[in-house]
Amino acid sequence: MEESLLPLDRLPLGKRARVKKLMSEGALRRRMLDLGLVWDTEVEALQKSPSGDPTAYFIRGAVIALRSEEACKVLVETI
Amino acid sequence: MGLSELSVWATAPELKSGTGFNRRGKVIALGGNPNVGKSTVFNRLTGMRQHTGNWPGKTVSSAVGRYVYMGESFLLVDIPGMYSFSAGSEEEELARDFICFGSYDAIVMVADATCLERNLILVLKAIEVARNVVVCVNLMDEARKKKIEIDLDKLSHRLGVPVVGTSARSGKGLDRLMEAVYKAAFQDIPEAGDAIRYDLEVEQAVLIVEPRVRELLGDRIKARWAALKLLEGDRPLLAAIERQLGVKLTGDPVVAGALEEARNSLARAGVGEEELKDRIAFRPVKLAEEICKETVTFQDKNYGSLDRKIDKILTSRAFGIPAMLLFLGLIFWITIRGANYPSEALSAALFWLEGKLSAFFMQAGAPLWLHGLLVEGVYRTVAWVVSVMLPPMAIFFPLFTLLEDLGYLPRVAFNLDSFFRRARAHGKQALTMCMGFGCNAVGVMGCRIIDSPRERLIAVLTNNFVPCNGRFPTLFALSAMFFTHGMGARLKTFLSAAILLGIILFSVAVTLGVSRLLSATVLKGLSSSFILELSPYRKPQVGRVILRSVFDRTLFVLGRAVCVAAPAGAVIWILANVRIGCLSLLDHCAGFLDPFAGLMGMDGYILMAFLLAFPANETLLPVVIMSYLTAGSMCELSSLGELRQLFISRGWTFITALNVMLFSLMHFPCSTTCWTIKKETGSFKWTAAAFFLPTAAGVAACIIVALLGRLFGLHRV
Repeated sequence: MEESLLPLDRLPLGKRARVKKLMSEGALRRRMLDLGLVWDTEVEALQKSPSGDPTAYFIRGAVIALRSEEACKVLVETI
Repeated sequence: MGLSELSVWATAPELKSGTGFNRRGKVIALGGNPNVGKSTVFNRLTGMRQHTGNWPGKTVSSAVGRYVYMGESFLLVDIPGMYSFSAGSEEEELARDFICFGSYDAIVMVADATCLERNLILVLKAIEVARNVVVCVNLMDEARKKKIEIDLDKLSHRLGVPVVGTSARSGKGLDRLMEAVYKAAFQDIPEAGDAIRYDLEVEQAVLIVEPRVRELLGDRIKARWAALKLLEGDRPLLAAIERQLGVKLTGDPVVAGALEEARNSLARAGVGEEELKDRIAFRPVKLAEEICKETVTFQDKNYGSLDRKIDKILTSRAFGIPAMLLFLGLIFWITIRGANYPSEALSAALFWLEGKLSAFFMQAGAPLWLHGLLVEGVYRTVAWVVSVMLPPMAIFFPLFTLLEDLGYLPRVAFNLDSFFRRARAHGKQALTMCMGFGCNAVGVMGCRIIDSPRERLIAVLTNNFVPCNGRFPTLFALSAMFFTHGMGARLKTFLSAAILLGIILFSVAVTLGVSRLLSATVLKGLSSSFILELSPYRKPQVGRVILRSVFDRTLFVLGRAVCVAAPAGAVIWILANVRIGCLSLLDHCAGFLDPFAGLMGMDGYILMAFLLAFPANETLLPVVIMSYLTAGSMCELSSLGELRQLFISRGWTFITALNVMLFSLMHFPCSTTCWTIKKETGSFKWTAAAFFLPTAAGVAACIIVALLGRLFGLHRV
């Protein structure tokens, strides 16, 4: 099933997906979990910043900006 | 930005022990996610005026204040906002330690009604560690506007703690909040079972560890929670327990044995270390989701769509940066346009008063030196500070605050992040930079929101490169005098705003350049992770913002400037009137500085004014004017045009003005900022670096400009 997973930073704008796997470790993993990015959480890619990175995501009712280096460690499955 | 409240901010050690402040009455902690209106609740309850702003991380220090309810005194402690209990930044650690170990009687967890699910995660965790939690669902008015309905009774039932809905900005619901807090503080809230139930394997493991932990810790903190942290192996938190309670849990052989047993039982169930952490993190998030499903109804499925539409424009590739420049330019335009008339009126009035004062001194037969010292020295300098500085500040501060209240600052950070990333600095440095526009000392303190020590230090060292409010009026006045003089009114204002915009762009570019340089040399490293919440836009409270920013910020900053200007005026007058040989002391000092100042395209008087303005940048121009006036001919000055004549008669040119502006942008931070840097970094070495870094950059820039000016023959008017 791993092939169907997509790094979050490659999720097209306006598309929704579910979090399936976190690749990050340690403090960063903790921060991601604290954001509510646990298994099966729905996220939507909203908007890229003028330079294309970071990107704003809709996560559990809040708009959160993540740089692609962090977002690429969140694997999602598009809905 | 909360400047006037510096004195009421609790210091870190006070917060850590929770015992430092006067404990008369009940102590109530006020916690929650960033940007949920905690400061507004705080202000409303205590009648204090902690600065509020619509962006996460605004409260970096804790304010304490009192209120009285039912004849009882309550001490309210406003804790910095936090996202989680696994502290990232220093301020989050402070907040966490206070919630976990502080000795308060009750804690109010403030949550944002428009974003309840996300806030509930932290609320649930707080209920897990703390006793007597009262949940305050704030911004109910905003939620209503977005057609979000919340069943507060059901929420209270599900959480097992009292829940009160408030709209703190209008004061609604605060009575009920005070009542709930009163009850919690005096009668204790009965424990309603565990806030978060984990899955079977985890619960079993907790049961193995918990009894011994309870024996060791007593009821100082909840043993169940400490057992969970032990299982997770949350080292920073275990260290905090040891620091705060003096108990080294992992050092206890019985705990160690129980832990091993618990881990073995987990391993048998196929739950490894990482899996356990994930499961512990998963439950509160899932529970918040479940509770929200039961208690929150969105009548408008597209809530927040307006915010997104606005963001689509304000952060888009095509319009993001231009919109930012437009807003800033607009603020400058309004400031310049608006400050003109009051400035002239004020100076006319103040100089009329000077005439009256002089007449009074003459009539009273006061000695000439006394008149000179008090009227020509002290009074005149103060009058200059007030007339030149007050109008632009009184316009610029509120406008900037409105933008802040609206929630625009996180968008600025979002737009600028890629630049900061390329400079290997933290994206939130854009926020601390914006705070620097208000006051560099506040900007430096704000750097606490940056987690990584390396990036935080970069942000601290470079904060002074953006001009603070004390320097803006200098820039306004000089650009009006030397760059746009003699133009038509409309063109003039427009061009002045454009010039200031250019100056800001330049200062941002310097900030980025120096940040990159530091990253490549003394503070080597790559930029760390960046997570930024783009908080919802909120309608600013225009009236309040104007009132507050004029009274709290403008008058406070002006007051400080006047306090500095008065003695500086006296010093200048004495220097100008005490003679050694045929020259005054001022001429001697200026003469001494002159060769170096000349190299920088300025003169000795200007350089001396920079030194004298160390306590407050606002006094720079007034001190220059004073030293020119006392050292030379006296003339009545009431407009920038006449000022221009004075400066030109002292040999100023376009290049002089440019150099003064450049050096004003890049020189040592004012004394308050230096003191703050020392406090924040705890190091003389870094304070010295923050002092000399901008100074060296400024000296170099001025010398280059002066050289180029001479080369191209631009050093004449």
